[in-house]
Amino acid sequence: MTKLNSNLMIHQYFCLMIRYLKKQNFWFVFTPYFWLVLFFFIPLALIFKISISVSEWGMPPYRDLFSLSEEGFKFDSTLSNYLFIFSDPFYIRSYLNSLSLAFTSTILCLVIGYPIAFYVAKSQANIRIILLVLLIIPFWTSFLLRVYAWKVLLQGSGIINSILIHLGFLTEPISMLHNHYAVILGVVYTYLPFMILPLYGYLVKFDLNLIDAANDLGAKPVNTFLKVILPLSLPGIIAGSMLVFIPVVGEFVIPEMLGGSDKLYFGKIIWDEFFVNRDWPVASALAMSGIVILVFPIVIFQLMYAKYNFKNE
Amino acid sequence: MSNSFLEIIDVTKRFGDILALDKVNLKIEKSEIFSLLGSSGCGKSTLLRIIAGFEKPDQGKILLEGNDITNHPPYIRPLNIMFQNYALFPHLNVTNNIKFGLKEESFSKQEINNRVNEILNLLELNGLEERKVNEISGGQQQRVALARCLVKKPKLLLLDEPLAALDKQLRIQTQFELVNLQNKLGITFIIVTHDQEEAISLSDRMAIMQNGEILQVGNPVEIYEKPKNTYIANFLGTANIFHILNKDNQIIIEELNYEIKNINYNKNFNKCLIRPEKINIKKIENQSGNSNIGIVKEVAYLGSYTKYLIEVNGIQFYSFMQNSLVSDNLQIKWDDKIEFKFNDSSIFLFND
Repeated sequence: MTKLNSNLMIHQYFCLMIRYLKKQNFWFVFTPYFWLVLFFFIPLALIFKISISVSEWGMPPYRDLFSLSEEGFKFDSTLSNYLFIFSDPFYIRSYLNSLSLAFTSTILCLVIGYPIAFYVAKSQANIRIILLVLLIIPFWTSFLLRVYAWKVLLQGSGIINSILIHLGFLTEPISMLHNHYAVILGVVYTYLPFMILPLYGYLVKFDLNLIDAANDLGAKPVNTFLKVILPLSLPGIIAGSMLVFIPVVGEFVIPEMLGGSDKLYFGKIIWDEFFVNRDWPVASALAMSGIVILVFPIVIFQLMYAKYNFKNE
Repeated sequence: MSNSFLEIIDVTKRFGDILALDKVNLKIEKSEIFSLLGSSGCGKSTLLRIIAGFEKPDQGKILLEGNDITNHPPYIRPLNIMFQNYALFPHLNVTNNIKFGLKEESFSKQEINNRVNEILNLLELNGLEERKVNEISGGQQQRVALARCLVKKPKLLLLDEPLAALDKQLRIQTQFELVNLQNKLGITFIIVTHDQEEAISLSDRMAIMQNGEILQVGNPVEIYEKPKNTYIANFLGTANIFHILNKDNQIIIEELNYEIKNINYNKNFNKCLIRPEKINIKKIENQSGNSNIGIVKEVAYLGSYTKYLIEVNGIQFYSFMQNSLVSDNLQIKWDDKIEFKFNDSSIFLFND
């Protein structure tokens, strides 16, 4: 009888524990989703709401989507903001500028970052840690300060001009600031670690014997790279490229600080619409279109890639 | 003029302060299975990597059929290596792994397909052509790795611990398959291994390595029966090593106080080896003036034979007895008194 009792108790205890674990599991799984809903989907919905509102003087500078007055319930929305931005080539051009900036800097980050990632991944463990820390150290300083530092370096009386004049390459300082080359420089500098770290993540798992094996089977170094190393680091290349490309399209601080009037970028235009023109609905419409044009193809691509990867695992 | 297929001449290799290979000289003949045997860190893998071309020796030369290939990069050497972890390309399927090496040469599509089919048949890989290499078993992966090398028809195949990743059953089966394959194809095999049983059963000849040096080269029987020194004797199987003395032209095993007759003696000899399977023991009830008496200290029954640890005058040695007659051996137990016996011709004298 006592044995039965104790068995029953053990059973009850396990049931309780399992229920508890299930509960834990629920929070464990859904915390990120709550986070996403709270800080991503709700703000996005708000932006969308503003983008289909009618612009108006006042605070906030748009008319409420729903209003209750003596005439009754009113739904006041418009697509004119979207029509406006797509009818003005100014916006489209700035968007294309941003895309081309993102594309150029992604390629540059890849070309510069790949050898670095490979070198770090293949160094000895103790050296590797030092190199990784060196990659991460810049993050300890504010991003704004670092971009500002470039401004100081590049300006007419800056150190680069001084050195070039001192060495006799120049007779008078040249303007290196406030053009789109300075913007590319700043972007590549800032986003390089975002390319290197995911690449490193894949390359560090790379079995060096595969390189020897390819060589041994008759592949010259170029072919070994193209046929073995590159395909096996493709996921890292894609991850790194996305981490650079997507934020650079919306980048506005670097063009603001290092750029000039030669090219206008999308992020800067949104900023100006929000805070200079105070046309929140147009600014929101710009932001929404940017997301739709950029993110949806990427999401589709990612899904396809995930499916491809799943098939090949 | 040399006639050897592969000659390694005075090859020296350092990694920082560590001397990995110290003036290694070796001649390997065509169509033989040659093993490099040694414990880890003895330099055997470094030597293999130098032959494959992944490392350059600091000094010395490698001659293949008389041609100096020391400075040739791996991709032009007419030899292939099978890696311990197989190093199959994970992004390619079985067929494309096998094709990889052929595509680097200027073969027609027809030729490539013929060769691949031929090797798929030879290694019984049919039906796995489209499979990813991480979807197949360890034994199948090993055959793919082998196929990938053999399809290139190399003059020399290097195998780095070829059986280490397989489980025991498969290992024994694969040993025989490797030997059969080698006989069929006539390709020279160089096998690196730390497993002495594997080396003994696979090789025509083998080299024992220690601290970057080659200690002894010979066929397995030679090395097992006539090791050059105590290290080799202990490395291959179990060895009972005793000291020998020359007292007034009587050759005596010091520890056992046993006089050896009928043996070629030379005054340099100071040690002798008696393999445990050559020592027979017999239980005795009463001590009847016989001198070869010992006490059993340990008994380990191992199925086909039994290991006995015998103590005589405070020193210990092993005797292995075949369990051909159950009743005989089971009688001997711990702390039993036994009489041991061996043939003088099974004693090997050496200088160490």
